[in-house]
Amino acid sequence: MSDTMTMVEAINLALRSEMQRDDTVVILGEDVGVNGGVFRATVGLREAFGIKRVLDTPLAETMIAGLSVGMAAQGLKPIAEIQFMGFIFPTMEHLICHAARLRHRTRGRLHCPMVLRVPFGGGIHAPEHHSESTEALFAHIPGLRVVIPSSPARAYGLLLAAIRNPDPVLFMEPKRIYRLNAQPVEDNGKALPLDSCYTLREGNDITLISWGAMIKETLEAADQLAKQGVSCEVIDVVTLNPIDHETMLASVAKTGRCVIIHEAPKSCAVGAEISATLAERGLLSLQAPITRVTGYDTVMPYYRMENHYLPNTADIIDAVNSTLEFS
Amino acid sequence: METVYQAQINFSRYLSASGEPLQPLPNWTERPDTLVSYYRNMVLARQLDHKIIALQRTGQMGTYASLLGAEAIEVVLGMRMQADDVLVPYYRNHAAQMLRGLSMEDMLSYWGGDERGNAAAAMGQDFPNAVPIATQALHATGVATAIKIRAEKRAVVTVCGDGATSKGDFMEALNVAGAWQLPVVFMVNNNQWAISVPRSLQCGAPTLAQKAIGAGIRGEQVDGNDVIALHESVNHALQHAREGKGATLIEAISYRLSDHTTADDATRYRSNNELKAAWEREPIKRLQTFLHQRGWWDEVQESAWQSEVGQMIQQGLDRYLQRPAQPVEHLIDFLYAELPEALKEQRKRLIRHAQPGGNHHE
Repeated sequence: MSDTMTMVEAINLALRSEMQRDDTVVILGEDVGVNGGVFRATVGLREAFGIKRVLDTPLAETMIAGLSVGMAAQGLKPIAEIQFMGFIFPTMEHLICHAARLRHRTRGRLHCPMVLRVPFGGGIHAPEHHSESTEALFAHIPGLRVVIPSSPARAYGLLLAAIRNPDPVLFMEPKRIYRLNAQPVEDNGKALPLDSCYTLREGNDITLISWGAMIKETLEAADQLAKQGVSCEVIDVVTLNPIDHETMLASVAKTGRCVIIHEAPKSCAVGAEISATLAERGLLSLQAPITRVTGYDTVMPYYRMENHYLPNTADIIDAVNSTLEFS
Repeated sequence: METVYQAQINFSRYLSASGEPLQPLPNWTERPDTLVSYYRNMVLARQLDHKIIALQRTGQMGTYASLLGAEAIEVVLGMRMQADDVLVPYYRNHAAQMLRGLSMEDMLSYWGGDERGNAAAAMGQDFPNAVPIATQALHATGVATAIKIRAEKRAVVTVCGDGATSKGDFMEALNVAGAWQLPVVFMVNNNQWAISVPRSLQCGAPTLAQKAIGAGIRGEQVDGNDVIALHESVNHALQHAREGKGATLIEAISYRLSDHTTADDATRYRSNNELKAAWEREPIKRLQTFLHQRGWWDEVQESAWQSEVGQMIQQGLDRYLQRPAQPVEHLIDFLYAELPEALKEQRKRLIRHAQPGGNHHE
């Protein structure tokens, strides 16, 4: 039986569902308990599972990350929430030096099955430091999985996979689409695969590669281009580390053209990594330069200017047309 | 105006620097066994420490953090903790780790640049050595949170130096340990120096133990060169934790008699006079004098033990030096539970490169 729900409701459902199945799952973070999280992702869980399973922590992000490492090493599965991407930076020492290294450092004696959930991205007119897309900083960390859903159903299945994964996962939630595009989600307890791209549309003329909230504009662009007779293949990368280059290489081998779309600043971003690999291993199939449609190499602006910063559907269509015109 | 809160920090010492009792001693000191064990283990720790430094000087060991001057803290922690307690160490706890079951060759492997030194099954659930400062304090609170959630009667001990108490991680750990009444013991080895920065520049408060007050946990100072004072303090804190009464911060006053590590030269920043004075207070001589006075240790036992320790160290060293190298693919294989598709090509390349005549660049 499936209910129609938004992404944030699907996340809540996945948490509830896995907490029922696995009593080692523990939620912690600022305001996740009584308040149900600032985006209400954890609403009702404290009432359902009690204060030993849903911990309202002191206000200290470094502590939340470090505490999670300790809990995970004891065999619990902590799911910690950081309220906004702009507040995640105090966690980084623990993610880089400990969560992502514990298995390696101990040759498997201890490991760190923690999930750090964080809403990210712009477009909701939030205050400063609430709208960043700094996934590349985390995708660069060996041993840390970075997973980003782009629909309610994928959020449900990918979050289950992240919780069940025996290694640390940064689960980045594109908050601009938290409540857009509700869709049926079945509470079937089935995890979706990690470390794989998801091909959302098959097409022959060009490959569009994106993730997170920009999938919305990418699909809109593909729909509009279809009306012009352009057949776009749309790939949702989903797991930014470890990344599935094979799916993207196979698609570009078929289409010969590629546009990469992301909200994050352009330089040294995940788009650059994808582009480099397509050039390294797929050069001979390319019929045009790879194009990137991205945010600017600047700070995320306050909300009055955020629409100037964020790529939009028209930008993607322009980039596709230029790429198709290249000969 | 009214006083809404008052607190004090107590300092405890049983033996003077010359090994004389300063106050009535606890009952357990009326029998020799525990004190003689402490003594023997301290002698082993010190002789091993000397040996490792000599190895480093001859290129058979990596950069090494000496525990010279911390022997009393080490043996008391190592012997007072129970097997199912969890040690979340810093990088100067190798004697405590060995007392908890880590073999000498595994310990040496870590300092010899081999991750297998952190892998030994004998370490149980203890955390591995890790060089970042103060982060372990938070991992200890996480372990303690798990223990509290499961309502187990176990304690967590984490150790750091005086420098680490200046870090946010340390303060955040104390804070959550207080807020949640966690079963954890924070042992601060205040050895007066964080590389070249003296204790006086770390913090304006007269004691580091008083940081506990701001977090709502127990805090006390103890003479870190006095095994009896340490024994009492650590036992009490462990019991407090196991009984679910919450956390304790123990500031053990010691002195780093060594350089920070073998890569450091302490003569650049501290005086010989200060070092000489610190040697007058060191822990081993103090206990030895006390044991002599009680008639529980003599020259014959001393020389027999010194030679036995020498043999143990040589055997451990031989096993360390004869240990076969790790397979090169271990560089990648332990990053994830399962090797991701994306890393398979790099793993093949690594193995090819490691073969004789292998070339990293394709």
